[in-house]
Amino acid sequence: MNSAVAADDVMAPRYAGVSLRAWRAIGLAALLAGAVALPFLVSNYRVFQFNLVLIYAIVLLGLNILTGYNGQISLGHGAFYAIGAYAAAILMDQFGWPYWTTLPVAGLVCFVFGFLFGLPALRLRGHYLALATFALAVAMPQILKYKHIEQWTGGVQGIVIVKPEAPFGLKITADQWLYLFTLAILVLMFALGWNLLRGRVGRALVAIRDHPVAAEAMGVHGALYKTLAFGVSALYAGVAGALGAIVVQFVAPDSFTAGLSINFLIGIVIGGVASISGAFYGALFIQFVPNFADQISKAAPWAIYGVFLLAFVYLMPAGVAGFVRLAWMRMRAARHRPVTHPHREK
Amino acid sequence: MALLEVTGLHAGYGAADVLRGVSFAVEQGGITAVLGANGAGKTTLLRAVSGMLGRRGSIRFDGQPIEKTATEDIARLGVAHVPDGRGTFLDLTTEENLRIGAYTRKDRTTVAQDLERVFTYFPRLKERRQQQAGTLSGGEQQMLAVSRALMLRPRLLLLDEPSFGLAPLVVQDIFGILRAINAEQGVSVLLVEQNAGLALDLADNAYVLETGQVVMSGTTEAVRSDEAVRRAYLGY
Amino acid sequence: MEAFLHQVFSGLATGGIYASLALALVMIYQSTNHINFAQGEMAMFSTYLAWSMINGGMPYWWAFLLTVLVSFVVGAAIERIIIRPVEDAPVLSVVTVFIALLVIFNSVAGWIFTYTIKTFPSPFPEQPLFGNRYISSHELGSIAVTLLVLVALYLFFRFTPLGLAMRAAAQNPLSSRLAGIRVGSMLALGWGLAAAVGAVAGLLVAPIVYLEPNMMAGVLLYAFAAALVGGIDNPFGAVLGGFMVGVLENLIGAYVIGTELKLTVALVLIVGVLLFKPSGMFGKVFVSRV
Repeated sequence: MNSAVAADDVMAPRYAGVSLRAWRAIGLAALLAGAVALPFLVSNYRVFQFNLVLIYAIVLLGLNILTGYNGQISLGHGAFYAIGAYAAAILMDQFGWPYWTTLPVAGLVCFVFGFLFGLPALRLRGHYLALATFALAVAMPQILKYKHIEQWTGGVQGIVIVKPEAPFGLKITADQWLYLFTLAILVLMFALGWNLLRGRVGRALVAIRDHPVAAEAMGVHGALYKTLAFGVSALYAGVAGALGAIVVQFVAPDSFTAGLSINFLIGIVIGGVASISGAFYGALFIQFVPNFADQISKAAPWAIYGVFLLAFVYLMPAGVAGFVRLAWMRMRAARHRPVTHPHREK
Repeated sequence: MALLEVTGLHAGYGAADVLRGVSFAVEQGGITAVLGANGAGKTTLLRAVSGMLGRRGSIRFDGQPIEKTATEDIARLGVAHVPDGRGTFLDLTTEENLRIGAYTRKDRTTVAQDLERVFTYFPRLKERRQQQAGTLSGGEQQMLAVSRALMLRPRLLLLDEPSFGLAPLVVQDIFGILRAINAEQGVSVLLVEQNAGLALDLADNAYVLETGQVVMSGTTEAVRSDEAVRRAYLGY
Repeated sequence: MEAFLHQVFSGLATGGIYASLALALVMIYQSTNHINFAQGEMAMFSTYLAWSMINGGMPYWWAFLLTVLVSFVVGAAIERIIIRPVEDAPVLSVVTVFIALLVIFNSVAGWIFTYTIKTFPSPFPEQPLFGNRYISSHELGSIAVTLLVLVALYLFFRFTPLGLAMRAAAQNPLSSRLAGIRVGSMLALGWGLAAAVGAVAGLLVAPIVYLEPNMMAGVLLYAFAAALVGGIDNPFGAVLGGFMVGVLENLIGAYVIGTELKLTVALVLIVGVLLFKPSGMFGKVFVSRV
């Protein structure tokens, strides 16, 4: 549960003449290059699947800002995701907006909803917040089906969206284009998130989580940060929801059940709470492990899922990201001790 | 043979030990006092005996090793612990608090007799019998804590600063009853106190604890007449 | 007027069921400060057990009794095996474990019993009792059984040494251990009792909502709302809250917004209570002020 901030910000050691920071930049660039190349290497269906992974990663980063870094448990992010998805779908379907213009609107709408929901959440902690947000998640499909907003939402039927083609006469498939589009948004959202969490705001969020009284005493405006965290977190879910609607080309109330919210929570627990990279591991998990669980047991994939979850809580409480970090630190400590701790060399 | 015999006890709350090799004994039917300043490790000592924290060394109760025994099982052997802060069940009534003390006993008639007995010791508790324990005064809660411990019919009573925060008259009252209980029922007592004068009046053996080690021990007379003890703990 | 009374009475009947489940939640909350998100799914699973027994030819009340017993044992076992290791873990871990349990029970029920909706028998006669026009026999019977369970629990906690020890363990575990109470066993016992009470709720609600793996989601929300309305640390409040929420749900559904938004009513109730009267009507204040 400890902050990634401390673990990653150790004094910049050097290896092979290049600072670790530079190594990291190189690694990230390689990763990004791989991500860009990916849609041209696999089938269209796989591209679609990986596109969803990217979208989930955005939600999970958002959820982690709230739950991981700020300690406010949300079991209701599926609801914000749904709001974002519907915002995009309605704008495209009813008003004929181009798909990419719906993202900021979806994000903004969710920010407002999140902020508003964050106000009552201020008074809640732990289980109670989980409970209130869980209620939101359970009630969401019903709200979306409500008959007086049916003219917008399409009721039980939902809304079908036309898949956007690649622009500028690019010779790639619609799936490949959407993947690249999502990737660009993801890079943007992660850069923003990274900046937010590495700086003063991130420290304030963590301080509020770990030492609320002390944080308040040191002049951190707890209430403001907590509601803002809720808003920003919902914004991430909203943008992801909009992307999800565009990619899946369809929204309907029953796509946004409590199960979706539960999935998101599972994602951050498995990926790693309070870790940025954990969002990717979590997203990969919730996209691919259900298929995998399906293969183990056709009958009860969710049960396998649940067992996975228990195993992680008991055996790997810091998630995959924590495990990777630990393994990396051990490796470094074992191999490069002279480099990382030059002063110990006598 | 001593009822409680502790040898080379180490205990603490995590990385560092608070107790560092403490040895002492409580005789059958005797009263042993442990004196010491704040932070000397007195409360830790009682907690270690009760198994409320990790400990190393040998603890024998009635010849039986209990250093690996769980708290509730130690209680079931007949060790009643009046913890610091008194451990009152604030939302339960006075009588319910007392009944919890007798939880391990199955014989209803003797429990009823003991209930009456503690009420004769502390008539105030009888008046407050159906009252929520949280509404009792500090002195009454201390009486309740001692009574709750007695309801276990203990062979050994562990007392953690029973005088703490109480008016002198109440303290006198409680200590008088402790003496009576010891004399009439033969309950052995291990008493931890900051108020050394009070403790030495009651006890027949005493140990002085400083930063987790026994620095002096002996009969009460011997301890009382020690120059250093007198200056440090008795103030004359 | 007749329709109104009918709404009130059937509200009381479902309210009694909410009350039972709310009571189960409160029992676990009181001893551990945890809100068991899987309580509803556990009750659902118990109901399926009863269904199999009844389908196998067992008389209703025997199946009822056996189900309650098995639920008790399973509930206690879950506490010992699954909850115990995370007792002192951060809240997120605990919530995650509850969610995992929820998912597992739901999925296993769907796997064994399929997702097709099943009818579940009521032990009470089909004709309304005493020729009344307002309340069906099942509704009346549900209220009676609920009240019976509540009285039994009250007597147990109030007058037996074991009940007292459980209350003590919930309140002050350390002091309880010093009195020789096995606190761990008390927690397991509490979980067992909660599961048993939940099973009763499941059996009573199944004839109304029909039997399927997701039958408890709505009921659980209402039970949460009921527990909160009454005060999550007060068993009596929870029961009263259950009846109130049941009636409120029916009246709002019938006269205000229609039945499609029933769950939203629960959501509004939960958030509303947490916001404006976080201690509920009879509970202690629990919110954080920071």
